[in-house]
Amino acid sequence: MNFMKTIVAAGLVAASTSAFAADITGAGATFPFPIYSKWADAYKKETGNGLNYQSIGSGGGIKQIEAKTVTFGATDMPLKVERLDKSGLVQWPMVMGAIVPVLNVEGVKPGEVVFDGETLANIYLGKITKWDDPAIKKLNPKVNLPSEAITVVRRSDGSGTTFNFTDYLSKVSAEWKSKVGSGTAVEWPTGVGAKGNEGVSGNVSQTRNSIGYVEYAYAKQNKLTFTAMVNKAGKTVEPTVPAFQAAASNADWAKAPGYYVILTDQPGEQSWPITASTFILMQREPVDKTASAEAIKFFKWAFAKGDKMAEELDYIPMPDSVVKLIEKTWSADIKS
Amino acid sequence: MAVQGDAVEVAGPYDRAKALSAFKAGDIAFYWITRACAISVLLILGGIILSLIIGAWPAMKQYGFAFLWTQRWAPSADPPVLGALGPMYGTLVTSFIAMLVAIPVGLGIAIFLTELCPQWLRRPIGIAIELLAGIPSIIYGMWGFFVLGPFLAYTFQPFMISLFDGVPVLGSIFAGPPSYLSVFNASLILSIMVLPFITAISVDVFKTVPPVLKEAAYGVGCTTWEVVRNVVIPYTRVGVIGGIMLALGRALGETMAVTFIIGNSFRISSSIFAPGTTISAAIASEFAESDGLHQSALMLLGLLLFVLTFFVLAAARLMLMRLEKKAGK
Repeated sequence: MNFMKTIVAAGLVAASTSAFAADITGAGATFPFPIYSKWADAYKKETGNGLNYQSIGSGGGIKQIEAKTVTFGATDMPLKVERLDKSGLVQWPMVMGAIVPVLNVEGVKPGEVVFDGETLANIYLGKITKWDDPAIKKLNPKVNLPSEAITVVRRSDGSGTTFNFTDYLSKVSAEWKSKVGSGTAVEWPTGVGAKGNEGVSGNVSQTRNSIGYVEYAYAKQNKLTFTAMVNKAGKTVEPTVPAFQAAASNADWAKAPGYYVILTDQPGEQSWPITASTFILMQREPVDKTASAEAIKFFKWAFAKGDKMAEELDYIPMPDSVVKLIEKTWSADIKS
Repeated sequence: MAVQGDAVEVAGPYDRAKALSAFKAGDIAFYWITRACAISVLLILGGIILSLIIGAWPAMKQYGFAFLWTQRWAPSADPPVLGALGPMYGTLVTSFIAMLVAIPVGLGIAIFLTELCPQWLRRPIGIAIELLAGIPSIIYGMWGFFVLGPFLAYTFQPFMISLFDGVPVLGSIFAGPPSYLSVFNASLILSIMVLPFITAISVDVFKTVPPVLKEAAYGVGCTTWEVVRNVVIPYTRVGVIGGIMLALGRALGETMAVTFIIGNSFRISSSIFAPGTTISAAIASEFAESDGLHQSALMLLGLLLFVLTFFVLAAARLMLMRLEKKAGK
């Protein structure tokens, strides 16, 4: 009975609020879903306006906003300016995060194993097949790695995480670039495919002697053994928020049309090499101007008050200078 | 008739024709309603095929028949290179291994249940088989992932490798790094999933064998095996093959459990312990994020599965008809 009452009450509340202010609807990337829903909760408490975000994946988000069925779309893979112009969209970065390689080898602790881009690419190319390969040993002389076959785990679904990961591998390995390239779904030379960040973390934690790549938050929540990486400057860095921030601070958002910046393989001694940002897409000439204005209000609020919440979930908030640029873009490009 | 009688009593005899015509109208309406229901099935089927063809058209135009024997699956290449060989191979191989396991085991259970099982054990086993059919497919997927997979990867596969290492063909069938997401794992899960279909239907048709036939066979001194082989199976062949067909249909199209444990790799490997993919698994894992030619190619895969299933079922039907003819002679 109580349960029924709650449902009825919830229905009534939903009905009554929707009479005053329509919920903001958005769809897209799964990677920022935790922080968007956290922001939405806080925003609802403060203003009474809800956000309905469906994490259907970056590709889905792009499709939905192009079809104008949602007020905003979200994607981990930024769209090029030509496509933005063609579809009449505005794009800006909302929050940043990082991707980490994770492994499951008995006796190896988090951050103990170091990879460089070349080695990681060769593992994913299927050229390095054993954990005691000379290339891995050279980077990790002190770690005791078994002479066992490496089980490579990667995404089976299209994914913004894969886009950023393969983009990094393309930048550090000419062979990867020519043979595989970068994209949300690529022609994997080897490995087993798992669905979603959850699937990859699940597989890696289950399979002995495996390696995978996930968003940092997933590695942290699932207590996976992440690795350190050698970055572009040749320094070994561990995946930490300062390292992500160092990579993010390199981005020159002001000069990038449509904020098309990919944060992988950034210079700087502290920079974590596989850093990524996630983007919001909105119509330049929205069909529903009130909804669009409400969405902008939400994003403005998130930039102003959401930084701490983002950091709690290991995301990196956008720097204030960039936020100012984005706010200018809103008033210049989105008709209200 | 009672209704008619009442109508006559209340309204007089001259209303009989009217009452009859009312019944007739009801009959005609009923005929048309049921007919519409039947036709709607055809319409829906046609609509599905048509929309699949429309969706798959761009990919058909782009790749032509080469789609069938291209192994590469590179949606991010420019232009995308997409071929169906990997998923088609995976679909056929998993179904084949599944049937290889499920047919003898399923028939074995059915024979035991109808011919040999003590009365008190019949119900528990029968109910267990029915429950097996009722388990949602994702549960099978989870079981394959957490229980069967590790067993296959760390116990069964090393054993098979040590057994067949160096043997030409068998050696390469069992080779590879231990991975519990594999074609073999998916095949075993499929075989468990289709087992109830084969068993349940076989039990039903085995029960239709007239006892007098079996008793006569026993009477002339046949062993149980001879009775099953020469009396029960020939008598029920059509029904048993029907059950196997149903099972095969399910094995070809099963999606969720397979997607969970097959490893989703488009590469064809000689080893059954390597990851692979099936048509339905490929569609399930890639459709949401696909667009353009990629999505169209997935639609074409769907169409292929449709055709593949159709041909398998048609072939089974044909075989049945031949058998019936032969039996008729």
